[in-house]
This record gives sequence, C-alpha cells and structure tokens, in this order.
Amino acid sequence: MTIQDIKATRRGFLAGSGLVIGVAIAPKMLPAAPTGVHAGGDAALAPMNAFVKIGTDDTVTVLAKHIEFGQGPFTGLATLVAEELDADWSQMRAVHSPTDNKVYANLMFGLQGTGGSSSIANSYEQMRKAGATARAMLVAAAAEDWKVPASEITVQKGRIKHAASGKESGFGAFAEKAARQTPPAEPKLKDPRDFVLIGTELPKLDTHGKINGTAIFTLDITPDNLLIAVVAHPEHFGATVKSFDDAEARKVQGVVDVKQVPAGIAVYADNTFAALKGRDALSIEWDLSKAETRSSEELSADYRKLFGEKGLEAANNGNVDEAFKAPGLQTVEAEIVFPFLAHAPMEPLDAVFIKADDGSVDIYNGAQFPGMDQEVAAKILGLDETKVRVNTQLAGGSFGRKAQFGSPYIQEAAAVYAATDRSRPLKHMWTREDDIRGGYYRPMYAHRMRGAINAQGQITAWEQVIVGQSIMGKADLDSTSVEGASNLPYTIPNLRVSAHNVQLSVPPLWWRSVGHTHTGFAVETFVDELFQKIGKDPVEGRLALLGEKPRHAGVLRKAAEMANWGSPVPEGRARGVAVVESFGTFVGQVVEVSVGPEGAPRVHKVWVAVDCGVAVNPNVIKAQMEGGVGYGLGAVLFDAVTLAKGGKIVQSNFHDYRSIRINEMPDVAVEIIKSSEKPTGVGEPGVPPVGPAVANAWRRLTGAPVRQLPIVNIVSA
Amino acid sequence: MVTFTLNGQERTFDGDPDTPLLWVIRDFEKLTGTKYGCGVAQCGACTVHLDGMPRRSCVTPIATIEGSEVVTIEGVSGTEADAVKTAWTGLDVPQCGYCQSGQIMSAVALLQMIPKPTDADIDGAMAGNICRCATYHRIRAAIHNAASSMEG
Ligand code: FES
Ligand code: FES
Repeated sequence: MTIQDIKATRRGFLAGSGLVIGVAIAPKMLPAAPTGVHAGGDAALAPMNAFVKIGTDDTVTVLAKHIEFGQGPFTGLATLVAEELDADWSQMRAVHSPTDNKVYANLMFGLQGTGGSSSIANSYEQMRKAGATARAMLVAAAAEDWKVPASEITVQKGRIKHAASGKESGFGAFAEKAARQTPPAEPKLKDPRDFVLIGTELPKLDTHGKINGTAIFTLDITPDNLLIAVVAHPEHFGATVKSFDDAEARKVQGVVDVKQVPAGIAVYADNTFAALKGRDALSIEWDLSKAETRSSEELSADYRKLFGEKGLEAANNGNVDEAFKAPGLQTVEAEIVFPFLAHAPMEPLDAVFIKADDGSVDIYNGAQFPGMDQEVAAKILGLDETKVRVNTQLAGGSFGRKAQFGSPYIQEAAAVYAATDRSRPLKHMWTREDDIRGGYYRPMYAHRMRGAINAQGQITAWEQVIVGQSIMGKADLDSTSVEGASNLPYTIPNLRVSAHNVQLSVPPLWWRSVGHTHTGFAVETFVDELFQKIGKDPVEGRLALLGEKPRHAGVLRKAAEMANWGSPVPEGRARGVAVVESFGTFVGQVVEVSVGPEGAPRVHKVWVAVDCGVAVNPNVIKAQMEGGVGYGLGAVLFDAVTLAKGGKIVQSNFHDYRSIRINEMPDVAVEIIKSSEKPTGVGEPGVPPVGPAVANAWRRLTGAPVRQLPIVNIVSA
Repeated sequence: MVTFTLNGQERTFDGDPDTPLLWVIRDFEKLTGTKYGCGVAQCGACTVHLDGMPRRSCVTPIATIEGSEVVTIEGVSGTEADAVKTAWTGLDVPQCGYCQSGQIMSAVALLQMIPKPTDADIDGAMAGNICRCATYHRIRAAIHNAASSMEG
C-alpha cells in the first residue's frame, strides 16, 4: 500500500475534511487526563511537548502516537526521543498517546494511524525534534536556576552538567521548570555520526509486563458491573437476519438481554461464558438473497475467465505482443491462484465502552486508526466527537486487521453498546470463530504469467495479469493489487502488467505486506522458473537483471553469502531464494527445504538480509524479520479461508485455519545492511520473500512448481 | 459450589458448573494474565498449571477441578519460573505479548519435568502454544538459556 492510496481513501471516507500535515509539536499542551488504563502512569509528569513528559522521578515518558501490537513502536519512538534528549535508556518509558488526528497525525497519512510499516519512517525527524526540544527546555531551566550560560551546559545519559561550577542534576529536578520554558523554534538535531542509542541493541520497553501477566490488553479491562456482549454472525457473506428465536438463550443463567443489531443478533450477559452459551442457544434464520453463494472454486474459475480480456493497464514497456512473436523463442506460462487469508491476530477484536457521569463515553480498544474510531463511534452513539474518547490499548497483534477505513468493527461494537441504556460498562468481543469467519481478508487473486526466452537465453518479454478485488474499493486500477509487479525490479525490455477488479461481498483488507503477499510470490517464483529453464543460477540470474537496483542486489548478495550459496546442500534438501522490496525496505532470503514427514515442505533454515536504511533498533528489526518469516511461512504452507459450495465459510478456528507452530518454525538468521538512507519500516517487509523462496526450493527439490496456495493442499491433493 | 486453590488461596465458585476455568479466572477472579485465544484447546493462550501440570483452562469446566490447585502466570514461582522469566527478558521474546503468559506457563512446566530439554522435547511441550507473531525462534533459544542457567 502506498501513502497516496491511504490519503485517497481517507478523502473518500471523509469527504470535505482537508488533510492535516504538519509538525505536531504542540508546546505545553497537556493531553486530556485519561480515566482508565492509559497514558502517563505516575503523577508529577511535566509535559515538554505533545510527545514527551518528564517525571520528577527522572523518568521520561514518550507518548507514542502509534499503537504497540508487537512491531515495536514503543521502543522505536522512545529511542528517537532518548537519542536527542541524551537520556539514559533505563529512564525511558512509553505509553499510547491520546487520540488526536492533528497533533498525533501519521505525517504520511494526514491523520492518526499506524500502517504501511510507516511508524519509524514518519516519526524519524518528528520524534528526534521532540527529544531535542525537551532537551533544550531542560537546559534552559538549568541555566536559569544555576545562573550559568546555557551554552556551557552538557547533557549525557540523563545527567545535566555544568563543568565550570561542578553543578549536576538529573532531569526530574528541572521537569516542572523546563515545562514552562519556551521551546526552541528549530531544535538542532545530532549528526547521525554522533548517535549513541540509535543503531544499538536496546532492550524493549514493553517486555516486562508481557512476561508476568500484568500487561493490559483490551480484553483485560474489567470494570465493575461489566456487561459482556457477543454477536451471532451469518455464515455467508452478505446474509442478513430473517427471523430469530431467543427463548432458549434467555433461559441461560447470566444472560441479560438479546437484541437484533446491524451485524446480527447480540447476546448480553453478566459474564463471558454466559454470553457464549446464550449465543449457542439462539436459533436464527438467515436471508441469503443478497449473499455470496459461489464457492472458492467457482470464484477461481470466474477469475481465470478474465485472463483473456482487456484489463486495467499497470505497466507497458516495449512491445510485449511483438516480442512474443519473435522466432526461436521458448515461452513459459503459469497460472497461480491465491486464497483468501484471515489475519487471525492472537487477540480477537474487542472493545470496551464506559459512560462517564456527563454522558460522554470512553472507548478502550486496540485502535489502529483511533481518530476514525472516534468519529464513527460518536455518530453511532449520537454524541459529539469531543464526548467520545478513544483510549488506545496494547493489542494482541493486528497484521493489518485493525487498520480499517470506516472502522467497521467499531461500527459493530458501538451499535451493540448503543442498543443498551448505557447504565453498565460493556465489553464487545469476537471469538476466534468470529475472527476467522469475519471477512476483511487478504483477497483471493489469480495471476497469469507469460515469459519469453530468446535463443541467447535472455528473458525478452514478461506479461502478468492479476485478477482480484480492489482493496481500496476502486473502479480503476488499484495500485495495491499490482505493487511489486508493475514496478518489476528486473530489467526486461518488454513488460506488460494488467489487472482486473472483481466485485464480491466478501470484504477485502490489507494483510501484512498487502499486494506483495501475492505479487512477490508470483514474480519471484516465475522469474526463478525462467532461470531454471535457461539454466542460470537463481542468484546470478537475478543479479544480472538487477543492474539498476543496487539495494535489491545488496540484500540478495548478503543473503546468499550468509547461506554460503553454491556450497553443497545436505542430502535431501534444496535451497531457494527470493528478494522483494516493500514499503521502501529491501529483503533477501535464502531458505533450505526438505520433504517433511507428511509430504509437505519442511523448512529448516532461513537466512535474511534486510536493508531498511538507518537501523534504529537492530533488536526490533531482527524480531520483525523472524516474525515476518514465521507469519508468511505459516500462510503459504497451511492457510486458506475457503467458501464451500453454496458460499458457506468452511474454516472456523485454529484447527482448520492452521497457524505455524514451534515444531514447524525454521531457524532464522538475520543480518542488517549498514546504511545511512532514511529509515524505512520492518513490520511487513519480512513476509513477502519467504513464500516464493520456499516454493523455489520445492520446485528444485521435487520438480513440482507451486501454482496454488497453500502448499499443503497440492501436496495432499 | 466448587472449591479450589488459586495461586495459593482458597476460592469458591457457585455459578454455572459448566463455566470453563478460563472465564472463572478472568471474569470472576479478575486475574487477566491468562488469555483467551481460541476456546477449543488449539492455541495454549489460556494455559495454567492444574495440580502442577499444564492445562488448557478454556476447556476445563470448573466443576471438574474440585479440590485442585490452580496456578496462573500471576502466581507462578520457583527456580524454573525465575529462570524462564529471566531468559525471556534477556532475549526480548515477546512481540505483541498476548500469547506469552501461555508460552511461559508451558515452558515452566516443561523445565519442571525435563530440566535440560532437547529441541525435540521443546517441540513436544510447546507445539500446543500458538504465537501469531511467530516468536518461536526466540522461545526456543530462551528455553535453552533458562535450562543452562539452572545448571549447577
Ligand atoms: S484459549 Fe485455550 S487453548 Fe486457546
Ligand atoms: S507475541 Fe504476539 S502472539 Fe505471541
């Protein structure tokens, strides 16, 4: 996904409201005092600006405008602040900022939001400035107090010093005085050569609470007198309630009420089990007249019919039609079908609503677009936006699931709350079944690839047709459908890429690395197949076509070197390689694969080389590469959400929507390319290369190309 | 009415006897470190120790644990628990963290049974715990580190 896409959708969603882009340091602004599980923590925190508070106990608290769901922004943003503040790492803390689409805007989106692997990229200067500003204010306060020139004061590892007078202090003693200083208009930032924290291995700030059970997620918010609500949803996309009988549900001990809501039938209860038992006891008749009743198989056939028709042009260089007519060519064709994928974050979607005495409402949720959640909920609750406070919570993963324009999940939850008299706090939660069957999937796609090889063994033409839903809901070309294909990194003289948008009532969404989840697979497996036809080494072959792409070439070379590419492979194994750029970050991977006990690929080892510009937190970058490999591998090996004949959703929980498990996780080695380019994201880019690298190894090992995902299906077929 | 011990304290429950232990712990005892992830014994997020053995609390009806001792992430202690938490911290294992209470409870139980587990032992004991963030690589290393730290 690109920033332009997000902006465009934002415009579509909020017609009339202008984009807000700008520096968000609002001096002396004190965020609204929250009432529950959130910002600040201790008392006596003096705000230096919208992003930094300093406690009288010397702690420095960074107000993170990006949600922490494992990808590391608490640690990353705090590193940027601490660097310019010259703080000691041990004094750093991070909490979620309040909701404010202006002050806490993602500078790439124009509203508050996390996604597109942009947290560090858009915050790099902003957070450093916030730290530098706070530092200048502390220095000014100390200078005033000590009656010495500010220019003679130094700050190092959280200590403010004046050498000549021997005066020295921590930050806390000056916190309040500093907060009253006028911030500098243009704080001076360090030369990257002087960084002491950026680029070093720092422990993550959020680890402690996550190993002793004290970290609070939305599901853990349990105010007194809490009402739990679950909704019975249809098993077909587009189905609605025709009639229902709640007599049995109401008999369940603890069930308080049953109501029809836009999303289905809501059961309200005093505890979670009663709500679930009550939901099980409902009988509901669904109206399928507007539902999607085609099966995945039928959809796939319909998609493939479009291959021959004229699509939306995404790239057209040279003359592909002529090139395919040249004499003496070898041509290769492939059709690849990708299934729907659920994100299945570990914590299913949930939200808590609590009414204050003045009728205003606090919402607690894993808000990826908190301002949008606020706007949508306010409308449904009939409140002014200022009367709805969205308190972002730690979330148990997202992988794209919580980044929804128009906040459809919050629409469902708010409507469930709005149907009550609001006298009791309410927690709306999805079960795993709701999650797997809830739609907003990585869409299904079908690709047709054609390649031409001339007598000299050169790839002369490449044609790719991509059929699937437009995630952005566009009628014209959706760049998220073709990213990674239309800008093919390989130099091939004749290139044509086109797309067809398909309309379905299965709601689509971005899924960790968006278009690259399928384009990366199609491109990297197909080019590898062409090299095999030509008899070229997959690394050498790629490098020869990456002449204009030094950063692609850099990670590819590095990964090959780490894997000792070209050295003998252990008996029964094969190596595969892939390189993909996504979100401005370059990742090369080499994998080593054998045939596992059930006939499916067993991946032993993955070598990852990543170039994400300046490496702010190597520890977080490595973790994201490891996690990206596992997440991507699990999906290509095992996962599909399928629609059965008649359109019913087949999968429902982790028994049939498999997650990779520890016994299937390969050993992962990660190296980070040293770079002085601006930092880019790492949450998504680890995902795209692993699938094609495994498929490439598999094809070399077994002779069978992977034309359909997940791989386990072709193996068991 | 069911009587059991939770982290060393005697507790009683007189609600619906079918209620899974998970929801008794979370909704009634308000100990929220134990998580819900699937409700059908597939993910391990709800793992607790029941009379010293790892148990998926989401499929354990409260009526079946009369007189038992339940230990959750909030109460787990001892040499193995300390070693595991230290190793987890050292490698910064958690990402989103949501699965980690369950991972840690399974890992502690493993080390209580097998102080020096092999990779195969780890696979066997930990395969029931899903981590959607796929922190498995560090989980494995942390278990080995914890085992080494307990030696001697
Ligand atoms: S919640 Fe119990 S195993 Fe998943
Ligand atoms: S750390 Fe996120 S699910 Fe395990």
